[in-house]
Amino acid sequence: METKQKETLYTVTVFSENSVGLLNQITIIFTRRRLNIETLSVSPSAIEGIHKFTITTFSTRDIVEKVVKQIDKRVDIIKAYFNTNDDLVFQEIALYKVATNKLLEMGSIEDIVRRYNARILDITEIWTVLEKTGHYEETQALFKELSQKIGVLQFIRSGRVAITKSKVERLSDMLAAMEHKLGIRKLEVGS
Amino acid sequence: MNKKITGSEALLRSLIDEGVDTIFGYPGGAIMPVFDCLFDYKKKINHILVRHEQGATHAAQGYARVSGKVGVALMTSGPAATNAITGIADAMIDSTPIVVITGQVVSALLGSDAFQETDVVGISQPITKWAYQIRSAEDIAWAVARAFYIAATGRPGPVILDFAKDAQSDLVSYTPIKINHIRSYIPVPDIEPEMIVEAASLINASKKPLALVGQGVILGNAEKELLTFLRKADIPAASTILGLSAIPSAEPLNVGMLGMHGNVAPNLKTNECDVLIAIGMRFDDRVTGDLNTYAKQAKVIHFDIDPSEINKNVKTTVAVLGNVKETLSKVTGLLRANKHTAWRETFKEPYEKELKYVIQKELFPENGPIKMGEVIHKVTEATGNDAVLVTDVGQNQMMAVRYFKYQQSRSVVTSGGLGTMGFGLPAAIGAKYGAPHRTVCLFVGDGGLQMTIQELGTIMESGVEVKIILLNNCFLGMVRQWQELFYDKRYSETVMKNPDFIKIADAYGIPGKSVSERSELDNAISEMLQTKSAYLLEVKVEETGMVYPMIPAGTCVTNILLGNEK
Repeated sequence: METKQKETLYTVTVFSENSVGLLNQITIIFTRRRLNIETLSVSPSAIEGIHKFTITTFSTRDIVEKVVKQIDKRVDIIKAYFNTNDDLVFQEIALYKVATNKLLEMGSIEDIVRRYNARILDITEIWTVLEKTGHYEETQALFKELSQKIGVLQFIRSGRVAITKSKVERLSDMLAAMEHKLGIRKLEVGS
Repeated sequence: MNKKITGSEALLRSLIDEGVDTIFGYPGGAIMPVFDCLFDYKKKINHILVRHEQGATHAAQGYARVSGKVGVALMTSGPAATNAITGIADAMIDSTPIVVITGQVVSALLGSDAFQETDVVGISQPITKWAYQIRSAEDIAWAVARAFYIAATGRPGPVILDFAKDAQSDLVSYTPIKINHIRSYIPVPDIEPEMIVEAASLINASKKPLALVGQGVILGNAEKELLTFLRKADIPAASTILGLSAIPSAEPLNVGMLGMHGNVAPNLKTNECDVLIAIGMRFDDRVTGDLNTYAKQAKVIHFDIDPSEINKNVKTTVAVLGNVKETLSKVTGLLRANKHTAWRETFKEPYEKELKYVIQKELFPENGPIKMGEVIHKVTEATGNDAVLVTDVGQNQMMAVRYFKYQQSRSVVTSGGLGTMGFGLPAAIGAKYGAPHRTVCLFVGDGGLQMTIQELGTIMESGVEVKIILLNNCFLGMVRQWQELFYDKRYSETVMKNPDFIKIADAYGIPGKSVSERSELDNAISEMLQTKSAYLLEVKVEETGMVYPMIPAGTCVTNILLGNEK
């Protein structure tokens, strides 16, 4: 076999048409190779009508390259890329629901909010919802402290969102090139 | 404003606008409006009624493979659609352009587990190039145009259109649509001029080049460009199973077939050449054997239209993306005229060895039971080496592709990637419709024939002139061969008790003859070819026949078994 490569966390970014069944087309490509999707987030991109998927997965460069090519090959996929953390500015968001009385008993709310750079989103007599953005380790650290000290009633963390550090805006450049080549009507590019 | 027509009529008119005149299909509940409309369109669209939906898809494949056009299959929802799945998967892995139209329950019932509802789009996504559900009659012209564009362009493949029953009946004003681009789809990647230069300079510097020819050459209509390329630089060329007939058998640069049951010389030379030139092929494991020992000494140039094939199995030195019709011409333009006489001479010795130990024994036995290879040899000779070969899967297939000969391209229809037993009979029917003026010879085993034997009914009804050569060894021969070689001769479930095939053919009104004596073979073949109808020639062949040479799965391509070297 080829020399065993180390598994790294890769971020796969996919731009697609906004059509039904796209997510399934993408995930089956991971499934077929027994790759676990660590995080996933999907939303409309800056360009109207184009959706953006951000997927993280532990894999080797060799495999992630093949996966990205297979995704790219699907007819409704505009472009797929992969990056490592070094190439990206990325973020996740987490929400924590805790009992208000326990939060008060814990001592200084100000201390928690300041140390973690967290926010309070909503508060009632019974429960309080905290919000924290950050990398996995950061949102996890707050979760750990809260659950050890007062318990967390509900917790949710989003998938990763990421922006490249590259100077080249790859998708809009690609669309512009395609537009030029096909001589088709200007593809609308959002700000 | 156009006069409004039903969705079903819009579908048929869209198909006609795409140049469709032949459809393989089977009616049923959720597609009845379309079949009702077809009744009025019989003059424009010839519908061939198959006996099972799997047969419709294989027939569409056979049609597409010989004609170069998109094959079309039409059927109802649920079980009909699931029956079609095998043919769709086969078309996907063998890059065959087909459009499969399945009926679907009315949109209001979707997701309710309605009668004969199945999630066709969901099931078929991994095995289609595109799968789309038409829920509104307004969508039809667009969806059909897109389906044909996607199926036929770039690396071809199957497309499913899942057609909700209400959209078949709703009224719509029809305006033809032509699609020639899709924003998210790049059928042919841009040619990178530096890769053309690098490929040419590697080939110019090469002392021992070897070309591997795949189906991409046929799909890209690049047969002429390939020959010019090979002849200019004097490059010996071997074919993958699906690349067969891209180069005529008699071409001196043609050194035979690659792979597990391919010819000895090209397999050996794969590990001796200095530049390996892969052209529209995908380094399937049946071609490469163990990748860790495959062509390690060679620089690899890979011509392909599909970027995902580059470095998928074999690491490439130079990747030449694009349609081979263009890229080969461009590279040829930069090639020096060359001679590789000494290198080409080295192919002779392994060929002679194969001739002596394998081919002579298989094609010209003097006594003993009839050999599979000799039947194929006699049939190809009797057809002037110019018939269309269709095969099933297994020993019949390997023998047929080894010994059948070709003069023109698009002469081989076989299930290469998926290895679908039962492919042969329906594919042969489709092939005859795709090439009505050519003789179509199907080689099939007793196992595979029984997997889709119901299509004899299609032959009876349509009168399609397919020559069926049944190589009956009363065994599942290829599995038996592996049991003999690798499973300690434990013949688990491979002996077949078979029916009287001639009686079955007779019941379908198909003439036939069963032959078990060598002396009867020539006459039987000529009777088959002279009969102006379909014909079943059953040949009782050696029960324990083996296909050699053989490279055991997962081993080095030079690890070639020749059988009994006496």
